[in-house]
Amino acid sequence: MTLTKGDAARPPGRGGRRSHVPGAGTEHAAAVEKAQREMLHEGGSTVAVRTAAHGSRQRIGADVVCEAILRQGVDVFFSYPGGVILPLYDVLGDYPELRHVLVRHEQGGAHAADGYARVTGRVGVCMGTSGPGATNLVTGIGTAMLDSVPVVAITGNVPSALIGKDAFQEIDINGITLPMTKHNYLVRDADELPRVLAEAFHIARSGRPGPVHVDITKDALQQETHAQHPTEDDVAAGLPGFRPTMGGNHRQLKLAAAEVARAERPVILAGHGVLHAGAEDELRAFAEKIGAPIAWTLLGVGAIDERHPLAYGFMGMHGWKHVNRAIQSADLLLAIGMRFDDRVTGNVRTYAPYARIVHVDIDPAEIGKNVAVEVPIVGDAKRVLAALLPMVDAVPAEGRAAYLEQLADWRRESEATSWHGSGAWRDGTLSADYVVQKIGELTDHEAIYVGDVGQNQMWLARYAGFRHPNTHVSSGGLGTMGFSVPAAMGAALGGTGREVWAITGDGGFQMTLQELMTLVQDRIPVKIALFDNKKLGMIRQWQEIIYAGNFHSAHLLGPDYLKLAEAFGMPAVKATRPDEVDDAIRFAQGVDGPALVWFEIAGEQNVFPMMPAGKGLSDLIEHWDGPDE
Amino acid sequence: MSAEPTASPDADPGAQDAPAPDAPGQGAPAHAVPPPRALPGGGDQRLHRLVAIVVDKPGVLNRVASLMRARNFNIDSLAVSRTDREGLSRMTISLHGDDVAVEQAIKQLYRLIDILKVQDVTGEATVEHELAIVKVRVTDSNRAEVLKLVELTRGRVLDVAPDALIAEISGTEAEVDNFVACVRDFGIRELVRTGAVVMTRGGASIEEAVKR
Repeated sequence: MTLTKGDAARPPGRGGRRSHVPGAGTEHAAAVEKAQREMLHEGGSTVAVRTAAHGSRQRIGADVVCEAILRQGVDVFFSYPGGVILPLYDVLGDYPELRHVLVRHEQGGAHAADGYARVTGRVGVCMGTSGPGATNLVTGIGTAMLDSVPVVAITGNVPSALIGKDAFQEIDINGITLPMTKHNYLVRDADELPRVLAEAFHIARSGRPGPVHVDITKDALQQETHAQHPTEDDVAAGLPGFRPTMGGNHRQLKLAAAEVARAERPVILAGHGVLHAGAEDELRAFAEKIGAPIAWTLLGVGAIDERHPLAYGFMGMHGWKHVNRAIQSADLLLAIGMRFDDRVTGNVRTYAPYARIVHVDIDPAEIGKNVAVEVPIVGDAKRVLAALLPMVDAVPAEGRAAYLEQLADWRRESEATSWHGSGAWRDGTLSADYVVQKIGELTDHEAIYVGDVGQNQMWLARYAGFRHPNTHVSSGGLGTMGFSVPAAMGAALGGTGREVWAITGDGGFQMTLQELMTLVQDRIPVKIALFDNKKLGMIRQWQEIIYAGNFHSAHLLGPDYLKLAEAFGMPAVKATRPDEVDDAIRFAQGVDGPALVWFEIAGEQNVFPMMPAGKGLSDLIEHWDGPDE
Repeated sequence: MSAEPTASPDADPGAQDAPAPDAPGQGAPAHAVPPPRALPGGGDQRLHRLVAIVVDKPGVLNRVASLMRARNFNIDSLAVSRTDREGLSRMTISLHGDDVAVEQAIKQLYRLIDILKVQDVTGEATVEHELAIVKVRVTDSNRAEVLKLVELTRGRVLDVAPDALIAEISGTEAEVDNFVACVRDFGIRELVRTGAVVMTRGGASIEEAVKR
């Protein structure tokens, strides 16, 4: 039997086409059938005739998404198209003021949104389609969650009638992001989009920032809607369960002031919360008034200009020895916007054994979570420090002279025993800390420096020399390798006017190097400093010191990175000797657009000091006399 | 995919380690070897009853359950229902833990946007009730004995069949436990318990305390 097209459309039997959808004849079945046809792009779209000029067609859910982003003062987002998010791409052309960056992998988009948010303080936006597009965002969402970065991740989902039917590219992304977002939404109705998106941005940036995920079904993106955007007041009023505590409790502030008055060896611990709150001035004024040194966490880098006399240094597992000594001998820790992560405390039982602790954090759940504290204060770092400042007595310089002199001695001693400053490592190859220091110097410490994860991350935090808040970007909590290049891409589009350097190892670089193409295509001026030791350096270091030199999988082949960059169309240069470093950095600075500097560094250089897992801050390893050294 | 191997949390950190503080130097407290820093928690484990008022939205139960799992809290029972107020639901969460751990659980619950109010009513004057329905195996020879037992424990028979009867019991958790223990020897074919619901005595109202 031969069927013509016309025959196929008119099947044999009793009149109309027989439906195989369960429950045929019901409203639900009809919706499922319609959705299935739309998934195959059969039949007309529900959108009215599309015209180039916005306004001369019906406003649909996808328009609401664009409007909502623009209303937040966000002018760029990072995304990758796919089947169910195409309705959004269909209207994007009507919003020329909204820059779309076509990333090469959704993970890169999520990190870019993260980097954008960290340097601008605005909410970063990334998008992806359903299924793999959404799951690819997950690592970036998790990274933003662990570091409390305001990101709104938007995904398309299959038409609502198909949800739960394992449709093409359907995954329960809401279920996946639930434990790693501040909040998440599934929207099936375009009329809800203005409220949901406004709430998403509000929640992402208010209180302790964090990522919010909004999943939107394809039919909601296509649905006509007249729903208006709510005001910020309406949004806050509609969220009775979300009322962050901003000002510290006065009684607790008085207790804190009393602790400060009693303390002889106070140390201030500054975390990411100081930067989130924009509390750098208050922090400095407070430290100066009470004569206390400031130590910082990895994400607290930049909370104070490192040249300030009370800026003492980076703490924790790979922090400076003098900083950890100061913490271990302190009688009072004033922890501001940090969470006593295990990389900061080591073994909690031996952490700061003489110290009473005042802990200021905007998230009550952080207080008393990892360490028991004497004075908890829930509030925003800026407001708490501003309130505390007039309540504490000024300590005259001579009052702390002996203490600060001892700290200065410790500092001189600890800096003298590090590799800091020597161009060649002990085997004559390029020393990584020297390169980081040079990048800092040649950029006048005015750039934004985006670290990856591992040794490069620690070298960056220790040696670049930070002077400004929000110029250091690093995946601290989740420790996401491959973060650097895409996050730098977002940072470079933040409009800060600063040069942006991605500092990465060869391991992390190989995880997300597809974004080189995005940098080139969009001419995003990221300068990449690739620290190539042909190793997973931190893995190698742990294996050398903790796993008795069993170097399984630590050695890593890489491509010829000059040829790689050339293939991508990116200018690149290689440096292998200390005397080539300056020229290589200047070469990259001279390029109008992205550039790669390939530093071939020592293969077996370790980051010291190092606190082994399970040990305390007093158990630092400062050098290693293993078979290789 | 971190380059940095994760430090395994010390099971009993510092229990044996002598604290090795840095030389405190001048101005430091006099005692040379301080005691190990107290860890949060570590107190006596006991049953806690939490009452939570939540926004009545799809997925809230999932958020609570997911959070408790992810934060390593083990829920003994969870009872959820609507309240008489539009849009508000009530959860009674029973869990074992020391006071500090439960306080941490409450703080974590407050991080959920849909949670409006959480109260730990443990140790407060409350009324507490739980319902159980038990299908007990019976024979002609012991049916009368089972019926008598149900009556004595202020239970109620809901269904009688030749080889089984269904009894309901309501009361405190201890009363329900006691009933279940009594009928266990006859053979329990099925058992369902609602989990405890509690309410504080007196005029105070957690629902009225919710700011809307």
